[in-house]
Amino acid sequence: MLKRAQALFLGLLSPAVALAMAGSVSAESTTRQLNMPQGVTEVSQAAYDIHMIMMWICTVIGIAVFGFMFYVMYAHRKSRGAVAANFHEHHVVELIWTIVPALILIVMAIPATSALLKVYDTENADIDIKVTGYQWKWQYEYIGEGVKFMSELRTSQDEIYGRTPKGEHYLREVTQPLVIPTGKKVRFLITGNDVIHSWWVPDFGVKRDAVPGLFTAAWAKTDVPGTYVGECTELCGIGHAFMPVVVEVKEEAEYNEWLAGKKEEAAIYASTIGKEWTFDELMVRGEEVYERSCAGCHQSDGNGIPGVFPALKDSPIALGAKEGHIAVLIDGVAGTSMQSFADQLSEVDIAAVVHYERNAWGNDVGDLTQPIDVLNYKQGQ
Amino acid sequence: MAHGPATLADGWGKYISRWVFTTNHKDIGTLYLWFSFAMFIMGGAFAMIIRAELFQPGMQLIKPEFFNQMTTMHGLVMVFGAIMPAFVGLANWLIPMMIGAPDMALPRMNNLSFWILPFAFAILTSTLFMEGGGPNFGWTFYAPLSTTYAPDTVNYFIFGVHIMGASSIMGSINIIATVMNMRAPGMTYMKMPLFVWTWVITAFLLVAVMPVLAGAVTMMLMDINFGTSFFDAAGGGDPVLFQHVFWFFGHPEVYIIILPAFGVVSQIIPTFSRKPLFGYSSMVYATAAIAFLSFVVWAHHMFTVGMPIAGELYFMYATMLIAVPTGVKVFNWITTMYRGSLTFETPMLFSIAFVILFTFGGFTGMMLSIAAADMQYHDTYFVVAHFHYVMVAGAVFSGTAAVYYWLPKWCGKMYDETMGKVQFWIAFIGFNITFMPQHFLGLAGMPRRYADYGLQFADWNMVSSIGAFMYGGAQILFLFNVIRTIGWGKPTDDPKVWEGAEGLEWTLPTPAPYHTFSTPPKVK
Repeated sequence: MLKRAQALFLGLLSPAVALAMAGSVSAESTTRQLNMPQGVTEVSQAAYDIHMIMMWICTVIGIAVFGFMFYVMYAHRKSRGAVAANFHEHHVVELIWTIVPALILIVMAIPATSALLKVYDTENADIDIKVTGYQWKWQYEYIGEGVKFMSELRTSQDEIYGRTPKGEHYLREVTQPLVIPTGKKVRFLITGNDVIHSWWVPDFGVKRDAVPGLFTAAWAKTDVPGTYVGECTELCGIGHAFMPVVVEVKEEAEYNEWLAGKKEEAAIYASTIGKEWTFDELMVRGEEVYERSCAGCHQSDGNGIPGVFPALKDSPIALGAKEGHIAVLIDGVAGTSMQSFADQLSEVDIAAVVHYERNAWGNDVGDLTQPIDVLNYKQGQ
Repeated sequence: MAHGPATLADGWGKYISRWVFTTNHKDIGTLYLWFSFAMFIMGGAFAMIIRAELFQPGMQLIKPEFFNQMTTMHGLVMVFGAIMPAFVGLANWLIPMMIGAPDMALPRMNNLSFWILPFAFAILTSTLFMEGGGPNFGWTFYAPLSTTYAPDTVNYFIFGVHIMGASSIMGSINIIATVMNMRAPGMTYMKMPLFVWTWVITAFLLVAVMPVLAGAVTMMLMDINFGTSFFDAAGGGDPVLFQHVFWFFGHPEVYIIILPAFGVVSQIIPTFSRKPLFGYSSMVYATAAIAFLSFVVWAHHMFTVGMPIAGELYFMYATMLIAVPTGVKVFNWITTMYRGSLTFETPMLFSIAFVILFTFGGFTGMMLSIAAADMQYHDTYFVVAHFHYVMVAGAVFSGTAAVYYWLPKWCGKMYDETMGKVQFWIAFIGFNITFMPQHFLGLAGMPRRYADYGLQFADWNMVSSIGAFMYGGAQILFLFNVIRTIGWGKPTDDPKVWEGAEGLEWTLPTPAPYHTFSTPPKVK
């Protein structure tokens, strides 16, 4: 009780104390988390430690400075009969309060430097994963393993726009999370495809900008299996808030099993690329792909956003020759935000979405677009 | 005797011509101040839209596209439209009166530097009504989001920024010329009021960095329209180059905003402490030191961009150094109050709140300077909270204090003390309810510029929004107080207005006549 009262009193004295006190109860509730997470890696622990050191130094200075200030405001007010003195400089005092903070800074710089060295220690990794930021999803490629996939938001537009209740994992769920094993040093090689994104997993203490034309490295090694959620932290357009990062850390055996499954999936997919799809199958799959990858800009009703993103409804491309339509998806449109989807969507998905765009919202070309058409276009290049 | 200004009694034509063609520093100061207030209300309205949308998770009121336009426009309008012109307005009103000059050194340029501003902002805001919408890439407009991926209206934005830059440069040259050439006999540099000192230093910063901003937007213009690849990786350019250029402007820019605020507070605290400013010369040196450091710390905004570790370490150490001169200032203000005879009128309340909240923002700034921890803070609401503590509690609180402090001198009417205090407490409490929880949101992992967020951030966002509406309401009350004072305030003709006021401007009659110091005063 006394301790609480004391905390309250200090909290009133200085907002910095309130922050520090609040930090100590953060673990109790996830919805009211107040402090930085300690995380599960050496790097996140180092960030947390230096954060706490800084916070306590600031708190102590804050109490001293504001405490003195409040004392002055109380004791030297005119209404209490205070008479103003007339001094206006004191060289010794001024020297002291220049030199002492400088010394404090030098002391702070030591742990700050060693923490930073830890962040940059990306050598000797066991696994390399290339992380590419796209508008508005992440691509993960396990270098040397032949495994590569996109990770997109799974929360539906209906949840976002309040047409259905929001799920427990609202904006914290993706189609395919990144999976890494425990006990291995994983190096992330991060880059961007279109604009700058930033890949952040708070529990790993990893935040790196995904800059087009540049690779940056970060690393994580943890022994704690679990699911860790992060975010994109560099403004990247209208989907900025809608491209979370989800990482699953699995035990090594489980991870190996998962990786093998992924490789098998890729093999099966390659063998079925020649399958003939029916009109309705393509429409169903196409709508799914469209909502996930296209509706962000071109909108669910195909009307786009005038002046920014062109309409697909009644568009000459959607109503014109099939090859031209496929070309837009494979090559993108230079100088606009229409990027190439060749690496983002599979042949089946591109075929389905092209088919959908040619036959939805009153567009009625009526032809079929098969995966093999897409493959032919790609190989004809 | 020089003839006075046209009033409404002379007819609308003459009255309007007076304001359009005026070369009088007081008129131009007034124009700047009203313009910045209008922009402040507009930028505030944008903030209210942002906070209303963030009141709950999910998209309720607006779409992400418009949300991004709002965050961008809020930042641009507040920085370039509200805060900077407000301090230029104060400089126009006060610097000649403080140094015993009859007017600014370059009065016609003074008129021009104001009158191009409304056009810049008309161009900028008009984009909101155009096809494609307004700028949607954040006030830092990082390429390539602001080039290849921007709406066509970005060209209007670039033109607007160029005009603002020209206005700022002209205003700064004017201030430098005035202070260098027009000080009254005996007004040596080290006798100038601190507000004048901070403004001279700010003016040098502006002259140095505004061309850099102009360079950045010109490179964008080239990339967008003329096929160059400064920032386009596909053409051999580098998006990171943009950030270096931008922040080489951007970091001095935030000190451009805060240094005049230091000056204002350094005038007000001694007045209501009835005691001279403590450590005048160290204040001047500290200001100069901060200004110098502002040029060599820019990449601390880019700790996550993947710089080599040597760069990170250098920018971290350099940034930490800023705490030293800033600390000196805070200690000086508090020591000025020590053994004073304090009273707490509205300007003093805002100034004390400035010292407390700005220092708090300084603490979080020091935390942010630690690169390893910044990997977690960067681009989260922790940063948003930090810079609103230094910008809003810094620039806006001190601007408000300045208006209450000098308004009686300007218009010869006293504001209502109770109303002023009511506004202060609503603003102070509202401000803290808005921005304190944003520290928690940031630490818990909410990135900035998010149109929507996960359910774990719902509670503090709601609290923050409620605080924002409260703080917004306080500004309406401020507008009301100012209009009420000018129209119906209690007349006063006490030259000093405040018992403890010192300085040349308080030797002039109240209200200050249209022309002052036509014969220079003698300064002992």
